[in-house]
Amino acid sequence: MPCPTVIRMSERAAAAIVGPGNIGTDLLAKLLRSERVEVRYMVGVDPASDGLARAAELGIETSAGGVDWLLARDEPPELVFEATSAKAHLASAPRYAEAGIQAVDLTPAAVGPFTCPAVNLPDQLDAPNLNLITCGGQATIPIVHAVSRVTPVPYAEIVASVSSRSAGPGTRANIDEFTETTARGLEEVGGAAKGKAIIIINPMEPPMIMRDTVFCAIDPDADRDAVAESVHRMVEHVRTYVPGYTLKAEPQFDDPRPDWNGHARVAVFLEVAGNGDYLPAYAGNLDIMTAAAARVGELLAERITGRREVRA
Amino acid sequence: MNRDVRLVDTTLRDGSHAMAHRFTEANVRDTVRALDRAGVSLIEVTHGDGLGGSTFNYGFSLVDERELIAAAVDEAERATIAVLLLPGLGTVTDLKAAAGLGAGAVRIATHCTEADVSVQHFTEARALGLETVGFLMLAHMVTPEELAKQARIMADAGCQCVYVVDSAGALILEEAADRVAALVAELGDAAQVGYHGHQNLSFGVANSVLAYRAGARQIDGSLVALGAGAGNSPTEVLAAVFDRLGVATGVDKDVLMDAAENVVKPYITRLPVLDRSSIVQGYAGVYSSFLLHAERAAERYGVPAHEILYRVGERRYVGGQEDMIIDIALQLAAERDG
Repeated sequence: MPCPTVIRMSERAAAAIVGPGNIGTDLLAKLLRSERVEVRYMVGVDPASDGLARAAELGIETSAGGVDWLLARDEPPELVFEATSAKAHLASAPRYAEAGIQAVDLTPAAVGPFTCPAVNLPDQLDAPNLNLITCGGQATIPIVHAVSRVTPVPYAEIVASVSSRSAGPGTRANIDEFTETTARGLEEVGGAAKGKAIIIINPMEPPMIMRDTVFCAIDPDADRDAVAESVHRMVEHVRTYVPGYTLKAEPQFDDPRPDWNGHARVAVFLEVAGNGDYLPAYAGNLDIMTAAAARVGELLAERITGRREVRA
Repeated sequence: MNRDVRLVDTTLRDGSHAMAHRFTEANVRDTVRALDRAGVSLIEVTHGDGLGGSTFNYGFSLVDERELIAAAVDEAERATIAVLLLPGLGTVTDLKAAAGLGAGAVRIATHCTEADVSVQHFTEARALGLETVGFLMLAHMVTPEELAKQARIMADAGCQCVYVVDSAGALILEEAADRVAALVAELGDAAQVGYHGHQNLSFGVANSVLAYRAGARQIDGSLVALGAGAGNSPTEVLAAVFDRLGVATGVDKDVLMDAAENVVKPYITRLPVLDRSSIVQGYAGVYSSFLLHAERAAERYGVPAHEILYRVGERRYVGGQEDMIIDIALQLAAERDG
């Protein structure tokens, strides 16, 4: 291999985005700024796709030939971002694995372990497939973790409100998948003994920016200052990759009530504004997924290129 | 059955809001027995926010709703027990559990512009053999024509009766009738149309009569008006009014009045009332179940409940966004202190 190529290859990991819809296109905009990830391919299944046309204009090699085309490349990607559907990813995931391509899954397929960059990413960089849970999960699991690392959380509940315009047909056709997957993420990644998730779709115009509220049951004697400090620290962490992630008020602590089983409660009120890369700013729910995917991609790419240097 | 309109009772579901979700099993058994005896053929029993509604955001149930549903099924000799489900909160798993307990009908509720999130649940409900009803909530927020298009989505998904749901008690007379008429025109024989009224501006019963005249064939009520906001159209009043109008309901008004007086009134913790906050809800178009949450936030943060509710109306929050009541109370407190 000629020398210049080796240098370029060792600096950035070659990636593909599968699924040229709104999510894939917004992710592309984010990854174009990356110093670690080089998006070489964008693939779909519809030759008339606007997303493929836009990517081609940006100099990305595109095809409507789907995963078959992608895996037949002389230089297949080292990393693939799946922005299609759970069904499509379930079919493709074994093929990526067989080809040794690490997959970042933005669909609800949950083939690989749940990944939330601010909480458990370092542990999962070697997994062949990483699943990004749900938008509501990405927004709220860090907060549940911030509480549970200070004091036990027997029950965590989140309410995600999103604009009607940002709730796509896939979400609408299987909204149970959102509530059930997010609830599981609150438990498995957030550290709550039991999780509950609620999603509200609001049609107001102009569209509302994504809001998330996190309620955690806590011990009446929990160290409230420590919990609040931990929440603030976590918000700052998430803001490193989702700049529009903000705390709308100080964490609110309520004393135990009889109907709360003797528990006290902390409530955290969040707003998630998107970066406006391709998706509109109100669609923070979609932006936090692409931002998380880009963050995961950065760290995976660092690992991939690092391995290459060792071999060299 | 020889009846012109079906009265559906939601004391044990919408009334759950007014009771802060503290129904006991005895409350449920006594109420179902009385409604069944009166000839009410569909009785809704669920947490006020539907299956899975027992939460921080909406209030925890005193008794697990599954126990209450099972008790209701046990007491009902003729009536079918219905459950409420809000997609995004309750799930197909919850629905299957309710069906397994003997619920025979499900009412699936979405915001009036978001009917497509219910397709999954209607499909499953029909597969389970349940009677299906659709709720288009906060129906005042869209035009009759827009509402009718959403009703079509529910009917196509397998819904057998689509309701115009005046969740805010905001509709006044022909505003209710025009919406019902638009749904009747759109649905034809594909599905029935229903009407669910609240008393916030005192139009629950009057709107129900106009809804019937516009073609609605299922009308909701609650005994003693027990329900969110200023309460629902009282079932016992609906029965008496339709009787006076010569409209057959198949329900015995005197047995219902007895149930209201002697079964429900003794156990309820607060009588539904047209007070400043509930009138503001009707005026500003605010989801009725926000009332108790606004009162609680008002007390916690020292700001007036009606100001919270006015702002909820301005922000156009929809059913389920109870968390935003605390958010608004915090803002009002900050403005006051700032």
